[in-house]
Order: sequence, then structure tokens, then C-alpha cells
Amino acid sequence: MNTPHTKSVVSCTINGNATQFLADSGGTLLNALRDDIGLTGVKEGCGTGDCGACSILVEDRVTCACLIFAPEAEGATIVTIEGLAEADHLHPLQETFLEGAALQCGVCTPGFLMAAKALLDKNPDPTETEIRYALAGNLCRCTGYDKIIRAVQDAAERMRENA
Amino acid sequence: MTMTEDPTTPGYKWVGTRPIRPDGLDKVTGKARFGADLILPNMVEAAVLRSRHAHARILSIDTAAALEMPGVQAIITGDDFPPTDDMAPGDAHQAVKVMARDKVLFEGHPVAAVAATSRAEAQAAAKAIVVTYEQLPHVLTVDEAMADGAPILHDDLITANVDPAPETASNIASRAFFERGDLDEGFAAADAILERSYTTKPVHQGYIEPHAAVADSGQNGRANLWVSSQGHFDMRTMTAKVLGMSASKIKATPAEIGGGFGGKTTIYLEPLAVLLSRKANRPVRVVMDRDEVFMATGPTSGSSMKIKMGIKNDGTITACDLWMAFEAGAFPGSPVGAASMTALACYDVDNFRIEGFDVVVNKPKVAAYRAPGAPISAFAVESMIDELARAIDMDPIELRLANAAKEGVQAPYGPVFPRIGFIETLEAIRDSDHYRSPVPEGQGRGLASGFWFNIGGNSVATVNVHADGNVSVITGSPDIGGSRSSMALFAAEEFGIDVERVQPHIADTDTIGDTDVTGGSRVTLATGKVVVEACRKIVTDLCRRAAKTWDCEIEDVEWVQGHAQHVSGTESPLSLADLAANAGRTGGPISATHAENVRGAGAGFSTQLVDLAVDEETGQTSIVRYTTAQDAGKAIHPSYVEGQMQGGVVQGIGWALNEEYIHRADGTLDNPSFLDYRIPVASDLPMIDTIVVEVPNPNHPYGVRGVGEVGIVPPMAAIANAIDRATDCRMEHLPMSPVALLEAINERNAD
Amino acid sequence: MRNWYMDYLAPTSVEEAVGALAAQPDARVFAGATDLIPQIRAGRPEPGLLIDLKRIDRCTTVTKTDTGWVVGAATPTSRLTEDPDFSSTLPGLSEAAGLIGSDQIQNRSSLGGNLCNASPAADSVPAMLVNEVRAVVAGGNGTRTLPVGDITTGPGKTSLADDEFIVEFEIDAPPPNTGDAYLRMIPRTEMDIAVVGAGAQITLDADGNCAAARIALGAVAPTALRVADAEAALVGNPINDDTLAAVAAAASAACNPIDDKRGTIAYRKQVAGVLAKRAVKLAADRAAGTNANGAH
Repeated sequence: MNTPHTKSVVSCTINGNATQFLADSGGTLLNALRDDIGLTGVKEGCGTGDCGACSILVEDRVTCACLIFAPEAEGATIVTIEGLAEADHLHPLQETFLEGAALQCGVCTPGFLMAAKALLDKNPDPTETEIRYALAGNLCRCTGYDKIIRAVQDAAERMRENA
Repeated sequence: MTMTEDPTTPGYKWVGTRPIRPDGLDKVTGKARFGADLILPNMVEAAVLRSRHAHARILSIDTAAALEMPGVQAIITGDDFPPTDDMAPGDAHQAVKVMARDKVLFEGHPVAAVAATSRAEAQAAAKAIVVTYEQLPHVLTVDEAMADGAPILHDDLITANVDPAPETASNIASRAFFERGDLDEGFAAADAILERSYTTKPVHQGYIEPHAAVADSGQNGRANLWVSSQGHFDMRTMTAKVLGMSASKIKATPAEIGGGFGGKTTIYLEPLAVLLSRKANRPVRVVMDRDEVFMATGPTSGSSMKIKMGIKNDGTITACDLWMAFEAGAFPGSPVGAASMTALACYDVDNFRIEGFDVVVNKPKVAAYRAPGAPISAFAVESMIDELARAIDMDPIELRLANAAKEGVQAPYGPVFPRIGFIETLEAIRDSDHYRSPVPEGQGRGLASGFWFNIGGNSVATVNVHADGNVSVITGSPDIGGSRSSMALFAAEEFGIDVERVQPHIADTDTIGDTDVTGGSRVTLATGKVVVEACRKIVTDLCRRAAKTWDCEIEDVEWVQGHAQHVSGTESPLSLADLAANAGRTGGPISATHAENVRGAGAGFSTQLVDLAVDEETGQTSIVRYTTAQDAGKAIHPSYVEGQMQGGVVQGIGWALNEEYIHRADGTLDNPSFLDYRIPVASDLPMIDTIVVEVPNPNHPYGVRGVGEVGIVPPMAAIANAIDRATDCRMEHLPMSPVALLEAINERNAD
Repeated sequence: MRNWYMDYLAPTSVEEAVGALAAQPDARVFAGATDLIPQIRAGRPEPGLLIDLKRIDRCTTVTKTDTGWVVGAATPTSRLTEDPDFSSTLPGLSEAAGLIGSDQIQNRSSLGGNLCNASPAADSVPAMLVNEVRAVVAGGNGTRTLPVGDITTGPGKTSLADDEFIVEFEIDAPPPNTGDAYLRMIPRTEMDIAVVGAGAQITLDADGNCAAARIALGAVAPTALRVADAEAALVGNPINDDTLAAVAAAASAACNPIDDKRGTIAYRKQVAGVLAKRAVKLAADRAAGTNANGAH
């Protein structure tokens, strides 16, 4: 019978903080973030990369934390939903999601916000179609996406105005 | 931050506005705690061993090796549960659903559960449990299950509501039956008669948050339970029944809920967590994987339907004969009754017969899904009505207007409708820019309507005014789509204070009175009503306190815009904050509770219009434009009303085009993932235009009807009708996937 | 995550990776893990050692050469789709790579992973076949270069030895007057596995007739396949309704698909013809410089 291997120490930067955690080699970064580091804002909806609820930024690129082995995080710079807002103000996407009622149950919201941030950082003036395809990896079952798309459009406009 | 500007309803300052929801900040910053987010000290994790067979007898379960695995704290099987002999049939079925006893009845049926110090250890141990089965033949569809000589799931299942009662067991659990008038006369009066058959597949609610529960059982026979559900009171009561406990021995605390759509109104993991915690003597968390959600939690029914309908050339529907059989899954309880009651509820039909059968099959027991049953029967009825409209060459809206249910019409299920807004939804679509614009070249336009009862039920609210004059509103209704906002708006309106001074809270089962599930579109209506009534009790109390302060009669005090005023104007008005600060001198803390079994729900109607394009070479359908008109009674927070309408429509679009349970011949589910159970993604859709119709419910202080469900009733037929107009292919089976549609196009081309 | 009985290694050289792979029979190389993790979660396979190729420079480097590109096998596909030079020169291959899942997946998925996962439906493979991409394979016996078409041998199976892995791909820049395209059919607009995929590379002569054609299909046979009959129907001929109909017929005839939850045999055969025809048309338009719009 197999026995668990010794865990390895992983050093990385999460939400601006130098962080060390003990990783199961075959465990996912999602499990590490949620259960070991306590960042439960990162949600598990499927565990197979099909729903986007665990979307995080790794080196400024959006990925599913459920599709990353925990030790891969060594040396990485990671941003989760808990690191999206500044201490004294929300990210424009967080503001427009709130104002535009772009969430109902809210469980997909962290993933949408991270994917939308990745989009707007890359493309400050996306078309509706570009937004829809950029967010196609994030499933929402409550809203029908309408208000989410509008909130991203509104945030893009706000960010362009303040740029 | 600013609020979306919205003209307020005349007479209302807050109701009808769009403030930021009270729980919003936590949800956009990752702080909100959902079912799986709770971590307790000393907590262990659980895994459930599930059947790989659709139907089998359990010969033995050997846990010896698993118990020796690293980290294992406890293992439970059916033997750990109290016997079901003395339980009511429904409770016994529930008990056997959560943990198999002598037989497994569907793939995914729990057989054992393990608690261990990590999830991986629990899963490894679950795998090491040895179960020997004797496989039994299975049935997967109503046709198979109702056939002569079909394998029987339950030896004691005698069809209910059949006279005389059958003498032998079958897979038909019950029969629903409604009739009126004379069918033969009705068909004789018709100028056109059509007969069709329709089928639908089981579809899942598809909430993004998998089921999760945390339990902490104590040696004193009590247990704490944290649940992500639509109703923690029901979770507590059902769990207690299954475990043979008194309900009040369990304190259930609601977590934030990550979607439910009806599917989180029943128990799966909760009793397992309580039992494992008791046996392990540690808190236990159990969370489903996504494949477990698909395999073992409630889809809604697959169905088979036959319908015959007659119409006069002037558009009068003269007769309808509808036969339906719904899959219940492994235990009785499909929504065929509701489907029967709602099927013709949009229309005033003199002659009809509606017969529905609840049929058990070797699939997961169905659970409620948004207007349970109604979308299925509406797919048949609204498809048929569109064909009749084409047959007599009548505009589909005019045809519906000619037969529309309205105040004074007797609903097919019995009661006479009070004021309802069906006609207004038809008119709203008829007058919309969408309907008035020509159908774009190469596209098809379809229309359909739907009905849902909406319900009231048991709710309790406690309202407290703090010493600083701010207000807490405490209810027992889990907030699944923004209802906390509505509760705050009601309180702000009643007190005449800024909505940000109201903090809504959803309390555990020990803290607030027994409250029904968040379901049936009831919370804004029923819980909203008890919030309003509790606020009114406090306003009366505040006026009394002002009278005491001014040493005048209470009749001389009125409550105006957040202040007690003396009618004479001789006294300086006292604000809510003033009165709160002096509460100790005027009678003590300011608090009121109102509890009520709320009656007088207002029926909800929706009419929807869709333009779509079909790629005739691949069978792929693209939704191009969609407009939905729905009677909300009164939209308390219009953004969340629109959100309910849009969300319902998009679930319906998924149901129409791609969603289905695909079973292998051996009875196992072939697509238990979001990869192959294809719910709509953002790029599949246009914006969903909403028209909020407001025909106030006369039985509610603010006219609320409830908006959560009816939006999912029309889309399947609306899309089928549009496809028919785009391609001349009448799709009678859901989903209308590219494969199915291309086959129909090929057949059309061959004709 | 079911399996935690695994070790993890992130070698920084090809030699180190080959050594580790050779030393442990149940070792497994990976790039983005977007297929591997769901497979492990489902209980198959259960590797004892995970070898992460992404810290090997060669495996994640994209180099433009005199004759084309060398693309590290573990390079995230988003790096290719975001490269304007690569994407304008090889729009079909770029778009095919860009169809491997969501943006989240795109930042992890790779040509090497997409190929070696050996799904018959892999989106990048027909596009690599029509561009006659070559794989540079390292192993215990040194390095060898072979056509991409020689890598997959069936669903989940490759011709690579246990101690071999793909280091990089060699991709030729297309000749003048050449365009490529890849189209797929999925029930939704995103997030699905191809029910049918079709790639084409078309070279036009001075008269606008087809000088050279390469056509490949995915998801219609145990491996992606080139369709010689469809190619033959085009070469020397104009691209018109008649020749496109011949392409469609040849493509449908070449299919050897299965019935499964994603599509039927009949559907796949019919739509393979449709997509082959459309991909040829798009590739030819690109060769003529008249159209650059492919996947969404």
C-alpha cells in the first residue's frame, strides 16, 4: 500500500505577502490556498477546470487553481480575490459588480472578478463579444451573465476614465 | 460608491430602488463563507463511498481494512442508522436515499461514509471498503419502468390515487388527475385538432457550489450543523427524522448558499456528517465533488408526454387531453402533480383531461428545480399552441390573448383567479420593440408563456432597534438571490430611514422561529410580509413611546419620514434615533417579532420572445435576441427581479439546447461534469432584455407576487417554436442539440 | 484531490528530465496539467512522480528562425495566440491552439500536452498536421525529430518510449500565397471538446487555383488524420462549389468515428464534410489575402 510522501515547503508571494506553506506533492494549489493558507475566497465548483470558480492570477495571468499542483507555486506571484482590493478602496470591478447587481448567490463571483481583471489589464476597451469569450471559462448559473457583462463594461469605462 | 439611479415608485422612498446589497461587499472580496468554507478546530474530513451500480442488492460491506487505514476516525454504513420500519413512507425513503440499506437504487447511492484526518485519507479509506453486490436489472426511463414485467424498485410500492387500488407493486408511485367539461364535445367543436408526443431528459439545477455540510455532535445528544441550503430548518428536521432524533436537538446554522434553484431543499450529506461526528467524536466536514453532485443529487424529471388539442378558427381552444409520465428517480416524488396543475393554467379552457404518473426509475431521486414540473408540461402545451396558431394562421399572441386566464377564471386545479397579470405580460411583449421589429433575415422568432403558483408559508421576523437608532432585521430565510436587500428595503420604507441603517441577518434554528424553505418564490412575499408586520408593530410602539414622552394620547402621534410627530405640530419631532436613545425610559428595548403562515400568494406569469438562427449544415442554434416579460406584482429591488428573470431564461436556454443526463446502457451516468453537462456559457448568449410588469398582488402590503421561478417555464417551447419558424422542423424532444436538430433538418430535406 | 502519493520534480534541463523519467517507471512528465489533474482526480493514472517541464528553458521558449518557429512543447498556448507575428503568419494554427479551453486553460495548456494527451479531439493537432509540424523528442537514446502525425497512435496512446518526451516543435513558415485555418464544431461556443475538427492549409497559384492542399480532421477517428482524397480533389483546381463539395464528400468518407455522448457517427461524418469545406474556403481566402476571420 502506498503511504503519503513527505510534504515539501513551497515559498511564494500571495497577495503581496511572502508566504510559505507545506504542500502535498500531488495536491492542488486550490486545496493549499483554501485549507492550508485559509484563502477560502477561492472557490471549488468542479475541480476540473470547467467552471472557473477557483480563478486566480499567477504572474498576472488568470488560471484555475484546481489545475495547478501545489509545488508548482514555488517562486510564483499569486493574487487571489482576497488581494484584489486595496486596503482603503475596492477595485473598480468590485464596485461595478456591487452597483450593477452582477451577483446573486455570489459563489462564482471571485472567479469572475479575477478573470475580468486579467481581461481588462490586457484589453482596457473590450467589446461585448470579447468580454463574453474572455469570461466563457467562468460559469454562473444565477444571473444569465447579462449583469456581469455590463459590470465589466462599466468597470472598463471607469478604469479608462481614471487611467 | 454611487447607487444606480432609479425613479422611485410614487409614495415609496426605498421600495423600488436599487441599493447595494448588504452581503455584497463580503461576496466581492472573498469573505463570504459558503458551505465548504467553514473550518472548525479539530475538524476531520469525510468521503462517501457510492454505488457504481444502478440497481443491486448489497450482500456484504467489509470495512475492516478501511478502518486500519491511516487517519481514519470513523466509518458508517446503513447499519448505523435507525431502522425505517416505523417511519412514514416519505421519511423512510428519505432515510434510505441518504444511505442505502439492503439495495442500491441508483449509481451514486451512498453505501458508506468515512471520516479521516484529511480528505485524501478519507477517500483512500472509502476505496478500501469492500462491498459485494448482486446486480439487479435496472430501468432508466418511464417507458421501461411502466412496461409489463419491468424490474421493480420497491416491492411495497402500490400506485396511489387509482381506484380500485392495484393489488401488486409497480414502479408507478401515484397518479394525478384533473378534468373539466366534456372532451368529446370539445373536440367536436374544434376546426383543427393536433396530436403530438414530447419527451424531455433529466436536467440538473447546476448550482456552482457543490453540497457541503459540517457537523459537530456532542455526547449530550445534541448536534450543531452548518449547512448550505435553501432552508436550514428543513435540513434540521429531515436530518433529525432520518437519525431518530428530536429536531430541536439539532441547531442548524445557515452558510451562504452558492445557488440551489430548488436542489438544496433536501438532505444528502447532513445526516452522514452528524453520525460521523458522533462516532468520531470530532467535528466533521463533508463536501461533494462535482461528479457526486451530478450522480447523486436532484435533477428534475425526464418525461414522456402525449397531448391532443382542438381549436376553433377564431382561436378558441376547445379541448385538451394531456397524458404525462415523469421520472421520479429512485424514490417517489416527481413534480408531475405540479406539472398537471400548471399545464393549462395560462388559459381558460372549458374541456380538458390531464393525467400524470409519478414513476420510479434507477436514477437519483429528483429534487425541486425552479417551478418544478411546470417547464416540462409547458414545453408540450406551448409547443402545441404554436402549432395550432400556425394551423389556423393566427398570431401567437392574439391566440393566447383570446384564451388568456384572468381575474374570475377558474384555474384548472380548482381555485378562481384573483387579479393576475398574464394578459399584461402578453401585451408587454406585443408592444415591445422586439416584437414590433421585423424578424431578421435567416432567423426564426418564437414565443411562449408560462405560469407558476408562487407560495406563501411560514416565516418569522424579529426586528430590533439598536440604541443608535439603527435596525436589525432577523429572519430564517436563506438568501439565494438578494432577498436580504428586499428585507432591508421593506424595513427602510416602513421606518422611513436610510436603507444603509438596516442590517438584515439570517439566523440559526435556535435563534429565530421555524421558517419554511427559500423556495416557491416565497421569501420576498412571505418573509417580506412578516418583516413589514414586525416593523409596523415597532412603529406603533414608537408612537406610544413618543406619546409617553409628550404626555399625550397615542392617537395624537403619527409616524412620518422616520420621525414621531405630534399632530398639532407643537412638539419637536422625535427621530428613530432619539426614541432609541431614550428607550430605557419609555419601556425598555425596542424589539418586535411577527410570525405568520402567510397566505395570499399571487400567481406569476411570464411571456417570452426569442429570435434565433440555425446553422443548417451543423444543426447549431444561436440565440440572437431574447426578451422576457414577467409580472412581479411589485419589484422591491428591480435589479434582483431582473436577475431572477434573466437567470431563469438562461437556465431554460440550456435545458432547451444542450443540457441532459446521458446514461450508459449499464445505468451509469456518462456526463457527470460541467465539461459534458453543458450549461450555457457567457459567449453563448445575448443580453436578456427584461420587461418587469407590475400588477400588484392585492394580498401583500407592497403588492409582491414572487419572481424566482416562472421565468424558466417558457424558454424551451419558445425556442422550439422559433426553431420551427426558422427551419420548418418541429422539435418534440429535448434537448434540441445540434445532433438532434441536424437529424431533423436531414429528414426535412429528404421529404 | 484523491491522489497525494506523488512526488514532484521540476528539472531545469532536458537531460535532468530524461534521467528522472528513465529512473522511475511510473513517472510522468507534464506541462499545463489541464488534462492530467482531472484524470488523476478520476482515478487514472496514478503516477508516482510528476515531472514539471515548465522550468526547462527549451520547453517554454518560442524562437523565430530563418525558416519558421521553434516552439517549446510546454509553452502556454496563450503565448502563441498573443504573438502577433506568429498569429498573422499561421492564423489557423494560432486559432486552433487558442481553442484549447478557456483563458484560464490557455495560460496552462500547451501544444505538447495537447498532442501527448492523445485525445482524438485535440484541437491543435489537425492544425499541426496541415502545417506538417515536427516534434523534437528527447529520451534515453538521445534526440530524434519526427512528424507530429507519427506521435499519436490511438486514444490516449503515443509512439513515445517510456523515457521520451517532446521538447519542442519545429514549425515551418508557410510558403507564399498560403493560408491555413482550423474550425471545430462544439455544441456551445466555448468550453467543449470538439465533436468534429477540420484543419486546412491551402496554397494558391497565380491564377487563384489550388497549387497545394493539406486537409486534416479531428474527433472522427482514433487519431487526427490527413485526408488525401480531399487534398487531391483540390490540387490544380479552382476553389469553387464543385471542388468544395468534393472536399466535403472525401472528408465525410474518410471518417471512422464513434457514437458517444458528444456526437453520433452520422453527425460526425456529415459535419466533417461541412467543416472541411469551410476550413478550405477560409484557408484559401487567407491565401488570397481576402479574409482573416476564423474562430470567433
